[in-house]
Amino acid sequence: MSEVIDKPRVVIRGRKVVGGVAEGEAMVSRETISGWGGVNPMTGTIIESRHELRGQSFANKVLVFPGAKGSSGWSGIFHMARLKGMAPLAMVFNIMTTKAALGAVVMRVPTITDCDQDPLDVIQTGDWVRVDGDAGTISVWSTKPDR
Amino acid sequence: MVTLTDPEKAMLDGADGAATQKAMELLIRYAEALGAERFVETNNVAGVPGSAPAWVKDYYAADGGDYRAVFSRFDLDSDEVVDVPRMNAFSCHLQGGMDPTLWQEQGMSEDAHANFQSDEAEVAAHGIQILKTCTPYLAGNVPVMGEHLAWMESSAVVFANSVIGARTNCEGRESTSAAMLAKRIPDWGFHTDQFRLGQHHVDVQVPVDSIFEWGMLGYFVGDAVQDTIPVITGAVSDASLIRHKHFGAAAASSGGVEMYHMVGITPEARSIETAFGGAMRGERFVYDAAARRRIYETLNSVGTSEDVDYVMLGCPHYSIEQIAQAAALIEGRKVHANCALWVFTSRAVKATADANGYTQILRDAGAYLMTDTCSAISQAVPKGTKVVALDSAKQVHYLPAMMNIEGLYGTTAECIDAACTGKWKGRLS
Repeated sequence: MSEVIDKPRVVIRGRKVVGGVAEGEAMVSRETISGWGGVNPMTGTIIESRHELRGQSFANKVLVFPGAKGSSGWSGIFHMARLKGMAPLAMVFNIMTTKAALGAVVMRVPTITDCDQDPLDVIQTGDWVRVDGDAGTISVWSTKPDR
Repeated sequence: MVTLTDPEKAMLDGADGAATQKAMELLIRYAEALGAERFVETNNVAGVPGSAPAWVKDYYAADGGDYRAVFSRFDLDSDEVVDVPRMNAFSCHLQGGMDPTLWQEQGMSEDAHANFQSDEAEVAAHGIQILKTCTPYLAGNVPVMGEHLAWMESSAVVFANSVIGARTNCEGRESTSAAMLAKRIPDWGFHTDQFRLGQHHVDVQVPVDSIFEWGMLGYFVGDAVQDTIPVITGAVSDASLIRHKHFGAAAASSGGVEMYHMVGITPEARSIETAFGGAMRGERFVYDAAARRRIYETLNSVGTSEDVDYVMLGCPHYSIEQIAQAAALIEGRKVHANCALWVFTSRAVKATADANGYTQILRDAGAYLMTDTCSAISQAVPKGTKVVALDSAKQVHYLPAMMNIEGLYGTTAECIDAACTGKWKGRLS
C-alpha cells in the first residue's frame, strides 16, 4: 500500500448518513435538487428548468449539494440511477430531509451531513473528494492526489 | 442509534416472516440515516408498492423479474428475494402509469398495458387499495388530526400535515413499502411537535382569493422558504379544499414545503404565536403585486409560442367540484382540431363524474376524462405536442422540463378557451 503523499487541502467532519468510503471528482450544486422530475435516472442528468446544473450528470461524481426538494419520488429516481450505474459515488449535503436520507440509503453510497464547515463554501466542482462515511470525514484536494 | 421495542426486535429477528424482517432492516438503516431514535406506529400508508416499468423487471431477471423480485430487491432494497405476503398496515396505492381504459389514446403499447395490468393484480392480491391517485384524501383515505401516516406524494403530504393536521414526512417508495409490512416509520420530523412549528413569515399584501391566485402564492412560498415551514398571514381568503390542494402542490414543487401554516385558516395556526410556537422568527417574505407578477412570468417562462396544442387539467387530480366547473365551461363547445384536452382524476371521483354526466359532456366536446395518472407521471402527451397549457403551477414546473415542450400557466377558464381555440389568450389581470 502506498502512502498518501499529498495532504488534503481541508478535512471536513460531519455525521454519517450511510457508511463506506468512496472518492472522486466533486460536483457542487448551490441549489437544492429534485429527484423525480428533476433528474433523468437513465443518465444521472439534472433536467430541472432553470437549475444551475441543468444538462450535467452526477454519475460517478461526489455530489455536494444543499439538500433534496420536490417530489417524494426522490429516492425512487436515485435508486433507479443506481441500477443504471448512474448514481453518484458519494454524497455530502447540508439539510437533512427524508428524501435525501432514504435516497442515500437505497443508493448505498457513503454519505455525510451535519458538517463542521459548510461544504458548499469549502468544496468546488472539480476538486477531488474522499468521503469516509464511517469516520464522518470528507477530505478535499484541489487535484487528484498521487498515491 | 435507534431503540427498538420488543415487537420491533421480534420483527427484526424474523418472527413475522422474512419480508417483514427485510422491511425492518431497511427502516433501521433509514432511521439511522435520519438520526431518529425510535419508530412511531402507523396504520395508514400510501405509496407505489412494487409497480415497475419493464426495464426494472428486466434488471431483476435473474431473480425472476416478477412482482416478488421487484418488491424484495427494489422496494425493500433487500439482497435476497423473499416471499411477499399481504400487507399488514392499511395500505393504498397512489398514482400509476396509465389510464386503465384510455391507455391507447395515451400512446401506451400493448406490452406496457399488460405490465400495468399484471402489477395491478399483484397490488390487489397483496391487500393494497387501488386508489391510483395523488389525492388519496379525495378517494376514501381521509386521515384525522394527529394521526401518524407514512405517505408518499408531496402534494398529499403537505395537504395532510397542513390542512388536516395529520403527521407524515414526505416518504419515499422504499420507506412506504417497508411500512406497509412493519407498520412502523421513523419518529422524526413531522411526527414530532417541535418540528411542526413555523420557521419563516410570509406577508401576503395582494388579494389571494381564487385557485389561480392560491397556486401562484404557493409557488412563491416554496421558492422563498424552500423546505422550511412558512407561516402565512395577510390577504389570503376563500379557503377551500381545492385551493389548499393547489397551493400545497405548488409550494412542494418550487421548494420542498411539506407543511405550512395559514393563520386563522389551518388547524395548527389559530394565531401567529401558535404557528411559531412563540414569537415570530426567521425571515419575512412579502408577496406583493411585483412578486405576483414575477411568479406569473416565471410560470410562463418556458417558451414563447401561443399556439396551444395540448391542455392538461387535473394536477393534483381534479376533485368533483373542479370537474363540474370544467364541464360547465366546455359544455356546448368543441376542442379545436389542432388541440387536445385531457382531464385527470381518480377512479373514485370519476365514478361520480360518470353519474353526473360530466364525463360525457367532456367526451362530447372532444376531451377525455382520464384516471390513475397524469402527463408527467405517465410521460404521455398527445402525439406531436409542442406547447401545453396548464392550470397547475406544479404541472407547469414539471411537465415542460420532462417532455421538452413549452408550458403556459393560467386559469382553468383560460385553459379551456385555449383548448377550444388553439390559441393562448391568458393574461395577468
